[in-house]
Amino acid sequence: MGDVPKTAPVEHADTEVEPDLVVDRPWVTIVWNDPVNLMSYVAFVFRTYFGYTEEKATTLMMAVHHEGRAVVSSGGREEMERHVQAMHDYGLWATVQKDEA
Amino acid sequence: MTPFRRRRKGSITATFEPAEADLLANLARQVVELLRDRHGESVADTDPLAAQLGMNGPVMPPEDPVLRRLLPDAYSGDEAEESGEFRRYTEQSLTAAKVSHAEAIIAALVVGGFDPDASDIRGQEQVDVELGPEASLAWLKSLTDIRLALAIRLGIEAEEDVDLVAHSEDPAVAAMSDVYDWLGLVQESLVAALP
Repeated sequence: MGDVPKTAPVEHADTEVEPDLVVDRPWVTIVWNDPVNLMSYVAFVFRTYFGYTEEKATTLMMAVHHEGRAVVSSGGREEMERHVQAMHDYGLWATVQKDEA
Repeated sequence: MTPFRRRRKGSITATFEPAEADLLANLARQVVELLRDRHGESVADTDPLAAQLGMNGPVMPPEDPVLRRLLPDAYSGDEAEESGEFRRYTEQSLTAAKVSHAEAIIAALVVGGFDPDASDIRGQEQVDVELGPEASLAWLKSLTDIRLALAIRLGIEAEEDVDLVAHSEDPAVAAMSDVYDWLGLVQESLVAALP
């Protein structure tokens, strides 16, 4: 989330501001569950590609497994697209989308 | 097969029977052929420079369900335009990467003594595979691609389908299911052997 726009601080409370300039709504990389990929392999990918700790990688893998999907990264759109491309190279099913939160 | 394990000096090794090496090489080759069929279509009559920069790839997802799983959309279903644009810029390099991973499987088998041109695997020796870090990663990725391809052909869409195909009364399905399970064992041992 390093792309917060550098705008001057809002001085007047009643000034209309574009919401997107104030609230940084990042993009997210989602990994989806599939019946093929081994749990050990999915955790391995999260560890080696994203550099996550064993614990975080395992938590995310279990979230994918039990909830059907998990947000594995968030940030700028181009970065998320790179992650999705990498996940596809690993054979994981991943998509990029705007953060719903 | 002797599954993958890590040696004291850090190398990752496994031993395959000639028939197993032949099977692996054959499956890897099929993935390459499938990907090249798609790639061949898309690069006809394209501007070579644009193709080299990966700017002229196909926009539409593949029709073949295996290719559609290996080269999936990057955006969810209702954003076909975004997916198409992404695909145009990235599918060719993803395809090239997957081809090179599959070729790494064949290359390591050949180094280990496998003869891909032998007309008869009988009389061939066991194949000793030794992988460095880069080849290990290529093997993991391509074993995944091969297992994804087999799963699609077997109709595995949910976890309970794995058991269903394993107990299929169709001997061809049961045999393919055995291969699928075996590839899972190979991959599991490789993941476990990596640091």
